[in-house]
Amino acid sequence: MPDTIANNGTAVPDMSRAAAKAIYPNGGRNRTAARMQAALLRGLVGLAAALTAAVLIFLIGYILVNGIPNLKPSLFAWEYNSTNVSLMPALINTLLMTAFSLVIATPLGIFAAIWLVEYAHRGNKLVRLVRITTETLQGIPSIVYGLFGMLFFVTQLHWGYSLVAGAFTLAIMVLPVIMRTTEEALIAVPDSYREGSFGLGAGKLRTVFTIVLPSAMPGILSGVILATGRIVGETAALIYTASSMPQIPRSIFSSTRTLAVHMYLLSNEGLYINETYGTAVVLLVLVLAINCLSGFIAGKLAKK
Amino acid sequence: MKTAHLREGIMQAVFTACACISILAVVLICVFLFANGLPTIAKIGPLKFLLGTTWKPGNDIYGILPMILGSLYVTAGAIIVGVPVGLLAAIYLSRFATPGIKRAMLPAVQLLAGIPSVVYGFFGMIVLVPAVQAMVKSDFFKTVLHVKSGKGMSLFTASVLLGIMILPTIITVSKTSLDAVPESYYEGSLALGATHERSVFYAVLPAAKSGVLSAVILGIGRAIGETMAVVMVAGNQTWMPKGLFQGLRTMTSNIVIEMGYSTDLHREALIATGVVLFVFILLINLCFSVLKGGKDHA
Repeated sequence: MPDTIANNGTAVPDMSRAAAKAIYPNGGRNRTAARMQAALLRGLVGLAAALTAAVLIFLIGYILVNGIPNLKPSLFAWEYNSTNVSLMPALINTLLMTAFSLVIATPLGIFAAIWLVEYAHRGNKLVRLVRITTETLQGIPSIVYGLFGMLFFVTQLHWGYSLVAGAFTLAIMVLPVIMRTTEEALIAVPDSYREGSFGLGAGKLRTVFTIVLPSAMPGILSGVILATGRIVGETAALIYTASSMPQIPRSIFSSTRTLAVHMYLLSNEGLYINETYGTAVVLLVLVLAINCLSGFIAGKLAKK
Repeated sequence: MKTAHLREGIMQAVFTACACISILAVVLICVFLFANGLPTIAKIGPLKFLLGTTWKPGNDIYGILPMILGSLYVTAGAIIVGVPVGLLAAIYLSRFATPGIKRAMLPAVQLLAGIPSVVYGFFGMIVLVPAVQAMVKSDFFKTVLHVKSGKGMSLFTASVLLGIMILPTIITVSKTSLDAVPESYYEGSLALGATHERSVFYAVLPAAKSGVLSAVILGIGRAIGETMAVVMVAGNQTWMPKGLFQGLRTMTSNIVIEMGYSTDLHREALIATGVVLFVFILLINLCFSVLKGGKDHA
């Protein structure tokens, strides 16, 4: 292509195929440097993301591959004893513990969220206090909950190491989770629903229970399931509240060993490595399934 | 009409009472921990307890400085491992990933957050510990790095494991704040001739600084409070931390290991250890809410 002629008659060189060197300041080194920097940064972020994914896949894969061959029927025997460290009692205890904790925490969490969203006035001092304390609860590590449970429920209230002491401890622990998700779900319900209900003459209470809560149900459910996942995986808060009796409890005041505690004790003893692998698989699959379910429900909600 | 009014009033009171449960819980936790822990600290002597370098319950010597340092070192290690990887992964997910990759990665990060800490601990025990042990015993470490002795259960192992465990926190919180940066910042930088990468790192990332900082603080909170995973990989010796490849004990592990068989003053000293940990956590929470509070009111 010939050089074009500019208005003032001088020839403007055709730069379309020229080397970067000719047209960029500093001989094109800046441009090369910028390109290299871009490639480097792109590589770094990609690497970090790949690393995260690889860790997850390796961790889950390793436990599944080593654990599934150890899933023998004897692992699911009804009785636990020193020759056969069955996980069945611990599994049943986990279900009991979860049910118990949720029965305590769910109504409290939902009602608290209802108050925050539907009743409380913004900027209210009590609202601020509730929010600050809820955030504090969320930051407290499970071992501190365990210590508190031991001091308060086990010792002060004389409940002893028991299912009920563990359940109350866990209920306090998951309360902020349920409160927060419920609050978000309630806020997401359009105000027009409420106005429509009021317009038809319904009272506040009726509106909350028949209009707002049902519309917010999927969000609340996803929060409750998330809380379930935390309860099932919890160890530190339970060791010194529910303790470690590997039997199905006779009453709510019996000591109870959940699956996560069972898994810790097994790996601590180090005598039953194959059984520990098997237990790890059951625990991992259980928790992952619960979390997937929660995510699935929340995802469905987002699509709507 | 009157019963309806009454019902409304009663239920409103019930809702308010439920909301106050979290206040009650925090008050109870504070009261019970401090009421049990502070007298013990006074009895042992605050300086002797907090700055004592020896923990020998058999001889009634209770100094928890090794455990305080242990917790701080392990937390610092977790931040060094977890923050760079987590932050870069968050940047990738926020500004680089295709929608398909995003759809696959975000649930994966959630899964990582859902794995129980005992399972992390078990994984660390059977995979990381032998790997670190082999690494430390290798010729490279002996001759080039002059690491004479080292163990698989060590500060290094615990840091790596905790670094992995705080990844989901770092990624989710940083990503949220990166996503919230106005698109105009990015576009402005592009218009000035910067590359996509440069715009993200030099225009978007600085704007998300406070969110990233909250992510780090939350990560610190999780790392310092983590118990089961650390117990299983850190070695748990009560000596003062000796080095990167030597075992150490954190405050959380101290409680979990010894509470089972402790009595009297020993037991009280363990509760007091929990109180010190709780104070650390409260300080971290305070930092977090100050940081967040400044943004909310803006």
